[in-house]
Amino acid sequence: MSCQTAQKFIHAYVDGELDLAGSLEVEQHMQECQVCASAYRNQTALRSALKDSSLYHSAPAGLEKRIRSSLRREAKSEVGRRSFGWNWLPVGVALACVLLMALVIWQAVPGLRPSGDELLPQEVVSNHVRALQLESHRTDVISSDQHTVKPWFDGKLDFAPPVKDFSSQGFPLLGGRLEYLNNRAVAALVYQRQKHYINLYVWPAEQSSAASEVADKRQGYNLLHWTNSGMNYWAVSDLNVVELHEFARLVQQAQ
Amino acid sequence: MVDGVEYKQEERLQQQNKLATFETAVLPHLDAAYNLARWLTRNDADAEDVVQEAYLRAFRFFGGFHGEDGRAWLLGIVRNTSYTWMQRNRSPQLNMVLNDEPHEAESNDLNPEALLLQKADAQMLRQAVEELPVEFREVLVLRELDEMSYKQIAVVADLPLGTVMSRLARARKRLQQILASHTQTEVLT
Repeated sequence: MSCQTAQKFIHAYVDGELDLAGSLEVEQHMQECQVCASAYRNQTALRSALKDSSLYHSAPAGLEKRIRSSLRREAKSEVGRRSFGWNWLPVGVALACVLLMALVIWQAVPGLRPSGDELLPQEVVSNHVRALQLESHRTDVISSDQHTVKPWFDGKLDFAPPVKDFSSQGFPLLGGRLEYLNNRAVAALVYQRQKHYINLYVWPAEQSSAASEVADKRQGYNLLHWTNSGMNYWAVSDLNVVELHEFARLVQQAQ
Repeated sequence: MVDGVEYKQEERLQQQNKLATFETAVLPHLDAAYNLARWLTRNDADAEDVVQEAYLRAFRFFGGFHGEDGRAWLLGIVRNTSYTWMQRNRSPQLNMVLNDEPHEAESNDLNPEALLLQKADAQMLRQAVEELPVEFREVLVLRELDEMSYKQIAVVADLPLGTVMSRLARARKRLQQILASHTQTEVLT
């Protein structure tokens, strides 16, 4: 072993970090080399000086107590933090599961899901209510003149809705507007019976065969539905059923 | 709601267990923690603050401790907290850049200086250690005062084993040089 290698390993030797073979080599070298032997003595002297000089800083009295109490505070606040975080997670997951299951059941069980037949009357009533809520939305074209209202639909619809004024029979025409129902643009004609509004929705029927009136009642509104001359008709109003039937007959007779 | 209360109680119980386990595993190393923090910061009050903060950090990270060497694990956190502390307080200690390449001049310096040690008293020795660059000081303190193995020092100081060995050699050499200069000035005055 050269002096240079010995010098390199002398610290590891002093620190007891050399394996047996390495230690033997260093010891052997030091027996032959005075310089390295004195370097070794030097290191051991330094080590024992450092150890004997009470250089060790022990923790001051009271520090342990302070640490214990700050740990206790930390442990407590972690419970608060965690329980807040952990309590909400299962709640959220459970909620999401319930919602998902409800959706799946709703989709899977036909009785629960509104069919197309069920959806349309609902759509009609909603449209009627919305039109009443907004004064400005009630009519797009305001006219009691059927010759003004009918041409207004030209170019706005792919069909020509039959428009008639029934003022003389007590159902004056107020106007018309465009609506979107049953996945298509439809004509909405607005009539009045004293203080009651009637919305008459018209769009081409898929079958040309005529169907007689079907009455329905939803959310307090009366609905009448029939098919005539290749057109679907939906009349909706808070008017009583008898007068609404009267209105429907007027419309049917006019065609 | 009852579930929530039970949940919280269970939480509290778990936390109490964690605290008890932590105190048994880590609190006995308080002296070692303080010793390292005190040697790194060179200040009593700073060392106390650092140790207190380090214990809080250790408690938070206790989930990541798997019952290996509790002392080395804690001292690693104390060391990091000390460095953060020094950075925050812009300690000039951190401005020194240490080159871990072996210095030929240092490693070939074979002059025995054992005689100097006989003259050096505890006060002088303490001062000399404090004058060491912080990177030398930490390995020396961990080795000589805490009697840690190179492997443990490597864990604490986050260094490769070879670097631990070379730094320790250079630290001792530097310490002897500092002592030499001190004893010389003392002789002169």
